[in-house]
Amino acid sequence: MSTGIEHYLSDFEQLENDDWFSENRQSALDVFKESGFPNARLEDWKYTDVRPIKKKKFSSVNKTPVSMRADEIDALRFQGLDCIDLVFINGVFAKEYSNIEPLEEGLIIENMQDALAKDKDFLANHLAKYADDNSSPFTALNTAFIQNGAFINVSPDVVIEKPVNILYLSKTNGSPLATHPRNLIVVGENAEMTVIESYIGHGQANYFTNAVTEATLSANAHLKHYKIQQESLNAYHIGNLIALQSRDSNLESHSISLGGALVRNDIHGKLAAEGAQIVMNGLYMTDNKQHVDNHTRVDHLKPHTSSTENYRGILNGKSRAVFNGKVVVHKNAQKIEAHQNNANLLLSNDAEIDTKPELEIYADDVKCSHGATVGQLDQKMLFYLRSRAIDEQTARSLLTYAFADELISSIGLGPIRHQLEQLIIGQLPEATLIREFTHE
Amino acid sequence: MTMTNHTDNVADLVRKEYEHGFFTDIETDTVAPGLSEATIALISKKKEEPTWLLEWRLKAYRHWLTMADPNWTQLNIDPIDYQAISYYSAPKSKDDKLKSIDEVDPKLLETYEKLGIPLQEQMILAGVAVDAVFDSVSVATTFKEKLADAGVIFCSFSEAVKEHPALVKKYLGSVVPAADNFFAALNSAVFTDGSFVYIPKGVRCPMELSTYFRINASNTGQFERTLIIADEASHVSYLEGCTAPMRDENQLHAAVVELVALTDAQIKYATVQNWYPGDENGVGGIYNFVTKRGDCRGDNAKISWTQVETGSAITWKYPSCILKGDNTVGEFYSVAVTNNYQQADTGTKMIHIGKNTRSTIISKGISARHAQQSYRGLVKISKNADNARNHTQCDSLLMGDQCGAHTFPYIEAKNSTATVEHEATTAKISEEQLFYCRQRGIKEEDAINMIVNGFCREVFKELPMEFAVEAQKLLGVTLEGAVG
Repeated sequence: MSTGIEHYLSDFEQLENDDWFSENRQSALDVFKESGFPNARLEDWKYTDVRPIKKKKFSSVNKTPVSMRADEIDALRFQGLDCIDLVFINGVFAKEYSNIEPLEEGLIIENMQDALAKDKDFLANHLAKYADDNSSPFTALNTAFIQNGAFINVSPDVVIEKPVNILYLSKTNGSPLATHPRNLIVVGENAEMTVIESYIGHGQANYFTNAVTEATLSANAHLKHYKIQQESLNAYHIGNLIALQSRDSNLESHSISLGGALVRNDIHGKLAAEGAQIVMNGLYMTDNKQHVDNHTRVDHLKPHTSSTENYRGILNGKSRAVFNGKVVVHKNAQKIEAHQNNANLLLSNDAEIDTKPELEIYADDVKCSHGATVGQLDQKMLFYLRSRAIDEQTARSLLTYAFADELISSIGLGPIRHQLEQLIIGQLPEATLIREFTHE
Repeated sequence: MTMTNHTDNVADLVRKEYEHGFFTDIETDTVAPGLSEATIALISKKKEEPTWLLEWRLKAYRHWLTMADPNWTQLNIDPIDYQAISYYSAPKSKDDKLKSIDEVDPKLLETYEKLGIPLQEQMILAGVAVDAVFDSVSVATTFKEKLADAGVIFCSFSEAVKEHPALVKKYLGSVVPAADNFFAALNSAVFTDGSFVYIPKGVRCPMELSTYFRINASNTGQFERTLIIADEASHVSYLEGCTAPMRDENQLHAAVVELVALTDAQIKYATVQNWYPGDENGVGGIYNFVTKRGDCRGDNAKISWTQVETGSAITWKYPSCILKGDNTVGEFYSVAVTNNYQQADTGTKMIHIGKNTRSTIISKGISARHAQQSYRGLVKISKNADNARNHTQCDSLLMGDQCGAHTFPYIEAKNSTATVEHEATTAKISEEQLFYCRQRGIKEEDAINMIVNGFCREVFKELPMEFAVEAQKLLGVTLEGAVG
């Protein structure tokens, strides 16, 4: 057994674990018990040291519910977005602030706890079937503590126009909390939907979010997935998205990382049938002493599948970012197209970027490419702006914003795009001036 | 090269097998297999080494004992029994010191003749100085006098230990420390011979230097050590070639190459590696586990690696540059070809430490049939490496649906004025290009060969002319039958 994880084991004892899923929780805990937290000697964790999470001894038992005012929460929703809302406060479902009913026909949305009680037969076929507890100790830890999270099921041939917004708010008082949100998204044949996961921290709250989202897309299903991470600057965030894709299905993933002291995002797409497609877009902006690690992996398991990936990073202060994008083309998976790009802007001499785009290819009829760049703002562009009487700071901010906006502008949902643009501008110096320039 | 010529070549080459697979029957002095402090002492004694070197070897050996085989690569290596290898083998007739090349055993000269490395007159015409290493020892070094006139030292490593101990002591292990990695530590403990080059201040080496390595005896490993020192403002171009007989067993080759470039010095190091790759079923072949590293120690120094890797059952090597001085330049040009069951895990490391340092990486990989190939590279920009610049391009070409090509580039940047670009592509030969050639009446096989040669052009143009021609031929041989 590994050391330094005893408090997770004792917290597990206090968990209500007497339902049909208890055995799965126990075996996941055993996996975690065996592996403990990953260390830097593992290739997957080479650049990310999770010892601070281990040291902080976060408690997974939430005994003192905190209250938040309705207007406080409303301020955190996407303005002008007509959506179905699920609100979780410190990892616990807050029904009173959520806005689910009335549900459209063919759509099921429930808190995981309720779903476990109600939809045993359905969940037994899906829950923890896509995320492998052996792939990461954090996934195992999450599985051991499955209680809260969103369960979303769209029936075949149903197109849900309203996006589903899952809001995870953290505002701790008292002992620092660990939450283990677990989401399950099941999209039926020819069905379509959009899911937004928003992680927001209150003030300087100190906590640990360990989220896992499993998605399964049946034939010709379309899922747009947004993850917007704005944890507090004292928070730790580990997030996993695992998607299994069937024939002609289409997954569009947007991952925006703005907050957090130590953040690790894993996205894993499994293209398990012909015609499956995945698009992965990501943006990370880091400052101060933030550490943000983005790992993505695409498995091209069958012929005629394609993946496109575009990640961009803007690093400032003493921050550090890590990018690792892996594309695996399996044996006999011919006629593959996979393209990947990672561009980084280093704005400070104390910032560090470690990037590694990887290609592992076991078939020959493929078109694969990847690129990675590390650089700074273009001097010529700066000169152009300055020669037009724009001061240096504003010019720099403007160009930085333009670098980020190349990704943000690809977001289809207007209200989200707009809010993100404002958020990014807000992080740059001379924000008000840039707002004038970028006025829509 | 004209088109007709090229076409004929291809037809020949496709039918060709490993042409250097013969064995020279020569009496050898080979120590019994096994590795222990006694073996190391014996090697050291046979080579009449000073005590400090023996101590250095033993220290490396003791450290090696604490290390484990590296297993992080994409390679599938059968376990190696280090006790079954003989660590020293020398042609017997060479016991007495040779005064001139005429005294070299004619059988040995014949061997090199067969390999296309005539050590005598032809060399005078070609104007390349050659050091030939046969199993564990250097058998002949040509053009010594002419080089000595220029002040250049070019000799076997054993000779350097005797004649120039101060230089050896100063630089040995200063680029690749004895405990650097598993195979470097093994080499440090048991290395037998290799080449030593010293170019004095301000000297431009009057001719290309070349070492030819040959593994001949069975059951032996070859552990050579090359040390090249380019003093201030000097310039040297060095070539290395390797072959081995065809055998069913796997033989280990674990070499270490250290390059030191002082202020304003330039070193160009080219390798054409054609160790026996094993047969088409993957039986036999050389395990080529090599540590190569260059240190741009002074400002404005430049080190350039060019490699053509066509042989070996397994290749594990990452020729690297440490760009310590300001304005230093590192280059890496590589063509790696793997066919049948060959495996290669190769690439480079560019460590930018000084200001305004620049590096270029061009890597071309060709994988055919069941071969697996990986590019593994590191570009590291340290905190003080202002204005560092790197450009990396690595492309893989796949031939056959069972082969694999993988890319693992690590980029670590800690300086905001650095510019790093990495680009990689993997594809098979495009149908459009093939169609274009076929439409103009070029046979498919020839078309493929043309496209492959074009794919490698950027690297071949870095090689000296004779080697570029040889490299193109090798490419054809290695890919024999894989095309079409």
